[in-house]
Amino acid sequence: MTDGVTDADVVVDVRDVHYAIGSHAIFKGVNVRMRRGAITAVMGPSGTGKTTLLRLIMGQSVAQSGLVSVFGEDVARLKRRELYRLRQRVGLLFQNGALLTDLSVFENVAFPLREHTDLPEPVLRELVLMKLQAVGLRGAAELMPAELSGGMARRVALARAIVMDPEVLIYDEPFVGLDPISMGVIVRLIQSLNRLLGITSIVVSHDVREISAIANYSYLLSEGQVVAEGSPAQLNAEHKDVVRQFMSGSPDGPVPFHYPAPDYFEQLLERPHR
Amino acid sequence: MSSLLHRRSLALDAIGKMGAVALFLLRLFGQCIPALARPSLLLPQIYNAGARSLVIIMLSGLFVGMVLGLQGYDLLQRFGSESAVGVVAALGLIKELGPVLTALLFAGRAGTALCSEIGLMGATDQLAAMEMMAVDPVRYVVAPRFLGGLIAVPLLAAIFNCIGIYGAQLIGVSMMGIQPGTFWSQMQNAVGMRDVNEGLIKSVVFGAACSLLAVYEGYHAEPTAEGVGLATTRTVVSSAVLVLLLDYILTAMFL
Repeated sequence: MTDGVTDADVVVDVRDVHYAIGSHAIFKGVNVRMRRGAITAVMGPSGTGKTTLLRLIMGQSVAQSGLVSVFGEDVARLKRRELYRLRQRVGLLFQNGALLTDLSVFENVAFPLREHTDLPEPVLRELVLMKLQAVGLRGAAELMPAELSGGMARRVALARAIVMDPEVLIYDEPFVGLDPISMGVIVRLIQSLNRLLGITSIVVSHDVREISAIANYSYLLSEGQVVAEGSPAQLNAEHKDVVRQFMSGSPDGPVPFHYPAPDYFEQLLERPHR
Repeated sequence: MSSLLHRRSLALDAIGKMGAVALFLLRLFGQCIPALARPSLLLPQIYNAGARSLVIIMLSGLFVGMVLGLQGYDLLQRFGSESAVGVVAALGLIKELGPVLTALLFAGRAGTALCSEIGLMGATDQLAAMEMMAVDPVRYVVAPRFLGGLIAVPLLAAIFNCIGIYGAQLIGVSMMGIQPGTFWSQMQNAVGMRDVNEGLIKSVVFGAACSLLAVYEGYHAEPTAEGVGLATTRTVVSSAVLVLLLDYILTAMFL
């Protein structure tokens, strides 16, 4: 970890986590710490368990061993009610937005407020419009989720994620499937939310360029372990093959192009079993 | 040895599944009272499950009543007691056909809709999103839908019975020429509160069973297109079997 980080600064602390689904090991001793007020990136090739890490942090899954703590609380030990209280302080932006399809954009953003607060309608309306204004979609308040483009849906989901003013905001693959303009919009939003509101941000992504531009600190996951960590500049200067391959995007390297398979030549000559 | 181990793991799976169902039930029942306190969530579900099933229930009720009228008349006239058609139709509908057929139609019309709706919400991460916003999806989504079905089925069964008796009357009185006075007074004498209660209890139990299966299957559906489809099929099949099984048990208890 970087020098000068005290425990009080750490919002999310993942220590020596082992996690397996069936016999398939996903994490073999992962250590990740996320600092208050910073943008921390978690990168890695597809299938390395980035989303699984988020599930562990949000308490949706429980690690077989190791500790996952958020705001100093051991997530695995929390009861449902305590977990819900914790989640009110943490916003999560889903990869596909996960808007409630039978509610309008306005009602989607208002949803957490209606469920968790007793705000009078005019105050609630103002709050929702402010958040929609922040993501540039105040004009779309009356649309239904089916009428939105992918980028717009993600911005609405972002407005919904910040409507309770969370201390931590987690982005799950925020750039996937977006056109360059929408991507630029999301990058700017992540940055301004972090700067203006001081929201601790955790971005899970494999878009190296976008994430390097805004992250203060990055972790690179591969094969169930953190293979590199540091500032974007440090990662770029890293000499390990797997880091080089990921940062430059070459198709073959330590992460092979081919899924493990028997010998090509032998398999072609093999008689199929009938 | 290996077959023993295999059987052991099958048994463990079955016990685990029963435990999961029981936990889900406890969680659901715990959330029913908070859901009752929120009519803005409950009323649309009663409308969905109830009002939207009205047409199919009324049409089916009419035809079932008319068939009862025809068959009853044909059978009873062999004994010269065709004026008892009203009694046969009313008792058959109130005690048996009303609750059972309503529940079967409900499972096909509303149960499948409930199941696939909840299943799709799961497949599109909406349930997970609620969890992440610290809103219990069982309270917000599942409990109102379960209660909506539970409330709708007895009401639908009552409507089914009324229309069915009207259908029997159409055949018996208007077509076959039974005296209306005889038709209605015999029915009034023969049908007691006990019969009505039997039908009511049956329809409440069937409503609970069908709604429960629908929301359970939907909530636990695999989050894929195929998974939701399979869950919907399972809902209809197991609802039908369970309703008929429960019907036998309840009938035996009431005799």
